[in-house]
Amino acid sequence: MDTGLSLQATDFALFGLPERFAIDLAQLDAKWKQLQGAAHPDRFATETAAAQRVAMQWAIRINEAWRRLKDPLARAAYLCSLHGADIEAESNTSMPGAFLMQQMEWRDALSEATSLDAVDALSDEVAASRNATLKALQAQIDDAATVDWRAVAGIVRGLMFVDKFIRDIDRRVDSLE
Amino acid sequence: MALLQISEPGQAPDPHQRRIAVGIDLGTTHSLVAAVRHGVAECLPDDEGRVILPSAVRYLEGGGRQIGHDALAAQGEDAENTIVSAKRFMGRTLADVAGHGRLPYRFVDQPGMVGVRTRDGVKTAVEVSAEILATLRFRAEDTFDDDVHGAVITVPAYFDDAQRQATKDAAQLAGLNVLRLINEPTAAAIAYGLDQGVEGLYAVYDLGGGTFDVSLLRLARGVFEVVATGGDSALGGDDYDQRLASALLQRAGLAALEALTPRERRRVQTAARQAKEALSGVDEVSVSFEVDGVVHDLDVDRTEFDVATCELTATTLRLLKRVLRDARVSAEDVQGVVMVGGSTRMPVVREAVAKLFGRPPLTNLNPDEVVALGAAIQANALAGNATSGDLLLLDVTPLSLGLETMGGLVERVIERNSTIPAAKAQDFTTFKDGQTALAVHVVQGERELVSECRSLARFELRGIPPMVAGAARIRVTFQVDADGLLSVGAKELGSGVEAAIIVKPSYGLTDEQVAGMLKDGFATAESDMVVRSLREAQVDAERMILATESALAADGDLLAADERAAVDALVARVRAAARDASPGEGPRAIEAAVEALADGTEGFAAARMNRGIRDALAGKNVNDL
Repeated sequence: MDTGLSLQATDFALFGLPERFAIDLAQLDAKWKQLQGAAHPDRFATETAAAQRVAMQWAIRINEAWRRLKDPLARAAYLCSLHGADIEAESNTSMPGAFLMQQMEWRDALSEATSLDAVDALSDEVAASRNATLKALQAQIDDAATVDWRAVAGIVRGLMFVDKFIRDIDRRVDSLE
Repeated sequence: MALLQISEPGQAPDPHQRRIAVGIDLGTTHSLVAAVRHGVAECLPDDEGRVILPSAVRYLEGGGRQIGHDALAAQGEDAENTIVSAKRFMGRTLADVAGHGRLPYRFVDQPGMVGVRTRDGVKTAVEVSAEILATLRFRAEDTFDDDVHGAVITVPAYFDDAQRQATKDAAQLAGLNVLRLINEPTAAAIAYGLDQGVEGLYAVYDLGGGTFDVSLLRLARGVFEVVATGGDSALGGDDYDQRLASALLQRAGLAALEALTPRERRRVQTAARQAKEALSGVDEVSVSFEVDGVVHDLDVDRTEFDVATCELTATTLRLLKRVLRDARVSAEDVQGVVMVGGSTRMPVVREAVAKLFGRPPLTNLNPDEVVALGAAIQANALAGNATSGDLLLLDVTPLSLGLETMGGLVERVIERNSTIPAAKAQDFTTFKDGQTALAVHVVQGERELVSECRSLARFELRGIPPMVAGAARIRVTFQVDADGLLSVGAKELGSGVEAAIIVKPSYGLTDEQVAGMLKDGFATAESDMVVRSLREAQVDAERMILATESALAADGDLLAADERAAVDALVARVRAAARDASPGEGPRAIEAAVEALADGTEGFAAARMNRGIRDALAGKNVNDL
């Protein structure tokens, strides 16, 4: 029997996209809907249990890949792991001193912020910093002649801390509203 | 047996092959059933022409029941035995039900799910809901003079796993084949999207009798993508009644609602509900109720009502903003807001939503019917009656799912707003030398502490070979299916010891319990049940033959000659089993043949899927989008 793409294909291969950091989100979403249109279990509701099982596996795999590709951090981390530089988010927590200083300043600012406006201002600052780092990340991955994946993994680890901090800001907004 | 007709993909089967599929809105205060007839979804009326069935069940002397309008009418005189708003108790313990002291029931605090003592014994929300669902099923069967093939049942988007499981149990108890559970706001969006042709980013604000949901969807030609969802499964129009009732009692200088007798409480609440409904049309109404033999007459205006309930409205707006934040969009990005649920008739709610979005909300479809209509459209598609490719639902899981880790903390495995179906595996290890078992505690919720989340299930993985601490690799896999229901498995990887366990949430009923209740509850003679199950198996066998033959017609070229012959033999076996079955033997032989067909076509199914995926990537199905 003909087997082409498998469930083990990379996220990029599954979506027919080049293996790079920059991604066209509109195109990604359109592909996602196309793929789910072919694989979603609802499409196989009247078919055999075998067809439904296969549909479920593929629909899950497509959603997993889509979720990873659309999130820049998850996508960067995935590219790192494809190139043998795992993020090791749990075990590797060493960060440059300047980065840690910045984190401490932000955390202090959050604990001192008592108004929604103050939290919003901090939120904007963090978002701007995150965007700048993502831009740098894209240059390092897509534009460099040879990519230093270990260095990229280090940046991704740092951004994971930033995202965690953004979630803390969101929680704070929740409690202030 | 009828001659089998092979329908081409994308082509609707013959009318006589159509399967009756219904959409059911199982609501807190009322329920509806709808179906697609002549290409249009419509709500089915009872024999008096009423489409709404009050979600009320009264248990009578001698084991009889009144369901719907009759039960509601008797509520004042027999509050203890007349259960309304049972949806609030679905998959809940007594401690979960806020304000249960204000309700006129004799609650039984039992593990799993709270019960209510009636003159016919203790009833849970599952049994009460099954009565309502069965009533609607009979209504549909009378309408079509045919068996109902299956139903899509709607649940609040913010229902957790226990509440979803309980709803599915109730449907099973009512003898309904559940094609899918879908979220109420998503169902409403289907009705709006198809009926009104809306496209773009839309919010659905769904305030029902007892639940509040808000979903943000991206709509585009038949694709309904839920971006984020939120809500409160214990906030609804009932709460507005209670707040107004409390305010009225206070103004009349009377004791609080909790201090009244059940009958007085019911009267004050009914008066408050009537005042609330009237205030949607006029600015001021007079209210009259009797407490302690004294009749109290009061005037209440819209301002007093708005003030008494402002906290509730504010809560809905806060949840709405959180959904926008989750989706990382602002109110200006939203093209329109669809209002769903009878409680959105309140002007104060419409005004508050209009103010937040800077535009009036959409109210052009009947807010009571729109959910059932959307469910009917999806049911029709799932039953294979609609042309394929014109409807795709991509929904999300409303609450994060996780595991208890050391120190009573939650490790999230699947984040809220993940598109379903979804699965994720997380690796854990042992923390003691020689540890041979690991306790797995599955929880649902957004809080960091296990104690503040809902506990869904606990199980143990045993037989881990003794190793030093940290050497075992235990992979726990979470899977959320297209109904939003969770199953969890665990296995130890390093040693090859495989002990995958699928858990049912602790609030769900076991299959045996459901079977037992089915036998006691629904007055179906056992011989009828055998005949029915045999006929269902035959219909299922026919369906599988049809599905396989149409798959062979479309993609038979994927099979080598010997593979093809094997599939043909399996089909012939199913056909023979269905033909030769007798009531004495029951459905087992047919089921075995169908199972063999499913197992024997797994490779074919995988190859077809492969082709479908490649075609989709090549953009061949672009017209479907």
